[in-house]
Amino acid sequence: MARLGRRLVLQGLALAGAASAHAETVTLPFENGERPLVKYPQKRPLIGLTSRPPQLETPFAVFNEGVITPNDAFFVRYHLAAIPVDSLDPDTFTLAVKGAVRTALTLNLAQLKALPNVELVAVNQCSGNSRGFFEPRVAGGQSGNGAMGNARWRGVALKTVLDHAGVQASAVQVRFDGMDGPVMDTTPDFAKALDIDHARDGEVMLAWSMNGTDLPVLNGYPLRLIVPGYYGTYWVKHLNEITVLEHPLANFWMATAYRIPDNECACVPPGAPAGKTKPIGRYDIRSFITSLSDGAKVGADRPIAIKGIAFDGGSGIKEVELSIDAGKTWITTALGDDLGKYSFRSWTAQTPLPPGTHALKVRAISNAGETQPMQPRWNPAGYMRNVVETVTVTAA
Amino acid sequence: MRRLIQAAIPLIVTVTAAVGAPIAYQLPPQTATLAPGPNHDDVMANCGACHSADYITTQPRTFPDPKAFWTAEVAKMQKAYGAPIDDAAVPKIVEYLASTYGR
Repeated sequence: MARLGRRLVLQGLALAGAASAHAETVTLPFENGERPLVKYPQKRPLIGLTSRPPQLETPFAVFNEGVITPNDAFFVRYHLAAIPVDSLDPDTFTLAVKGAVRTALTLNLAQLKALPNVELVAVNQCSGNSRGFFEPRVAGGQSGNGAMGNARWRGVALKTVLDHAGVQASAVQVRFDGMDGPVMDTTPDFAKALDIDHARDGEVMLAWSMNGTDLPVLNGYPLRLIVPGYYGTYWVKHLNEITVLEHPLANFWMATAYRIPDNECACVPPGAPAGKTKPIGRYDIRSFITSLSDGAKVGADRPIAIKGIAFDGGSGIKEVELSIDAGKTWITTALGDDLGKYSFRSWTAQTPLPPGTHALKVRAISNAGETQPMQPRWNPAGYMRNVVETVTVTAA
Repeated sequence: MRRLIQAAIPLIVTVTAAVGAPIAYQLPPQTATLAPGPNHDDVMANCGACHSADYITTQPRTFPDPKAFWTAEVAKMQKAYGAPIDDAAVPKIVEYLASTYGR
């Protein structure tokens, strides 16, 4: 880890910790899906997946509140338990920029903020968002659909910082390391890399602000990487070390973890091994109904307002279609305000439902022509789920 | 290996919000526990330093072969994550996990 001075106090006996008073729980709709609702500082009660390190999921109803996910509801995902909550001092924090550069830099927050600022609305989605729905089930964090969120990020373009340092011609990748790290020194530190051209595309950002205020601690305070359109694994939190590399990073987190089948669909037959793999990259396209949950009851034969969200890996949403007859016919929905090609896009539709039970389905089409599969794709790591979602409601 | 300090209370963050000091942040106590079962102590000793019990308890329980699933998970902890687990402890840990968190 790239760490500042850090005291490490471990709760080694915690697996046997005293059973607590009974917390409120929610049940995600898959086997062994019961989770506590947990309250962390700066956060409203969220769905608790794990506590050390913290992994918190956004209750799905939040996505019906608006296309921007509030900071206090934004999901949290760490890999390694030595998280730096006791050493986050904005006055002493520095970002190191080193490696294959002309001039190594050490920048504090004030110096970063004095560089030209950029702002961008972008979705951050965990690679394993929705893993709990994989069938057959796979090992890993058993998330429902709430390991995603959409925020307005403010910061400085990574390109600006790299240009100040002066990237050498030999550069091939840029490595990003944050202040969080492993408990054991034998565990691979969490660090990720982007290809040099991607790192210098002008969109990849070092952000200190989220929805107009400082990043919440658990979302990477005081500085995190924003990689628009790319899965959250690249959005390194508590970012304090950038190293320009002359060789591709081949650590566990790039070479072994976060890899997908190297084919068009990033999928293999259910239960099959991954075969040849490549690093995970851009989001595939997804859409959700947010205004109705499974099992909802609605009035029959009068127009029902149905709404939801859609997003993709950066081409932007062209169209969202709704089916009220389990996918036999589709109606076009009205798209909401365009906050940019990396943002959630809201959609609404008005339709009456005849009496009875209806399987409502939603599918998005991107500007690049991508759409969602009717049947779920599968891969052994449980990444990139994007099946056409179904919400079953009863009209009476 | 970094020296581990065992404490009966959760990660302690004693800081103030004053200018020039780290920001205050306190993680809530962890509450998930492991169910009683064979070799419970071996699991406690080998797994608990790096992650909370809910990493184990939230895994699916529908695998057709729980022993194969948990054998692979323990091997991943040892080999990929560098957990210093004695080879002799591995079958005991797997026995606990497969019998307690299998079907």
